[in-house]
Amino acid sequence: MRIILALLSGSLFGAGLVLSGMADPMRVRAFLDLLGPWDPTLAFVMGGAMIPMALAWMVQKRIERPIADQQFNLPETRGIDGKLALGAILFGIGWGIGGLCPGPALASLALAPAAVAPFVLAMLGGMALHRVTSRP
Amino acid sequence: MIPGFPDAQPVAGIIGGLMIGVAAAIMLLGLGRIAGVSGLAARAVGFTQGGAPRSVAIAFILGLPLGALVVALLSGGVPASYPAPGLLIFAGLIVGYGTRLGSGCTSGHGVCGVSRLSRRSLTATALFMGSGFATVAILRLAGLL
Repeated sequence: MRIILALLSGSLFGAGLVLSGMADPMRVRAFLDLLGPWDPTLAFVMGGAMIPMALAWMVQKRIERPIADQQFNLPETRGIDGKLALGAILFGIGWGIGGLCPGPALASLALAPAAVAPFVLAMLGGMALHRVTSRP
Repeated sequence: MIPGFPDAQPVAGIIGGLMIGVAAAIMLLGLGRIAGVSGLAARAVGFTQGGAPRSVAIAFILGLPLGALVVALLSGGVPASYPAPGLLIFAGLIVGYGTRLGSGCTSGHGVCGVSRLSRRSLTATALFMGSGFATVAILRLAGLL
């Protein structure tokens, strides 16, 4: 049940990314390009995604546990530290240069594997680097 | 069409966005978890022990290209153009490192956290949007776009 729901969620997520044009790095970069021919499409995607999720958070507050698990496992919402800030800033730089964030990059493995592979492999390398350097 | 923005795809954007939001809602209400792609990807390849069960992470991550493939087959191809491989490698490295250090990306912080009004996610989203805008502005001013 959990695996089926996760596969369904991932598939719907990937389909939505492609349908909305977010699997095209140039369209994403055009959103970030305020000094150039700005393309607001990404703002519509984010706005569209907020609607079901805002409703889902309201439902979440009113139910004891999720449908297919014993309890909710959700991160803390407070506590802003240097790691969060530096990580987000670094991510934004890479996002601006490549026009890709993790979701569209992984979804694009089905569309243009050769073109997106360098990004995905480097991304996994960056994640591995974080794991190695953050060990206690 | 939006006057002044000939390339914008507002309708496709909202429809795709709604699908992404429903996908994230399935993870939240079905599995009790955040649909954060960077965290689930790290979990799927075994870079972290915490978080979702590995089978759940792998299923979600495999779903991303699966859903993309379905849309591509139904629509007869998806246009996309990519920066040069050298730029993609550099970008991928700091996206991978940054999303792990900052505990999230556009999905976990941007979609799930912002809709939850999480202070951490609102801060992270403002910062990565801001640095994304600044990075592309610098590229444009340097004549690289």
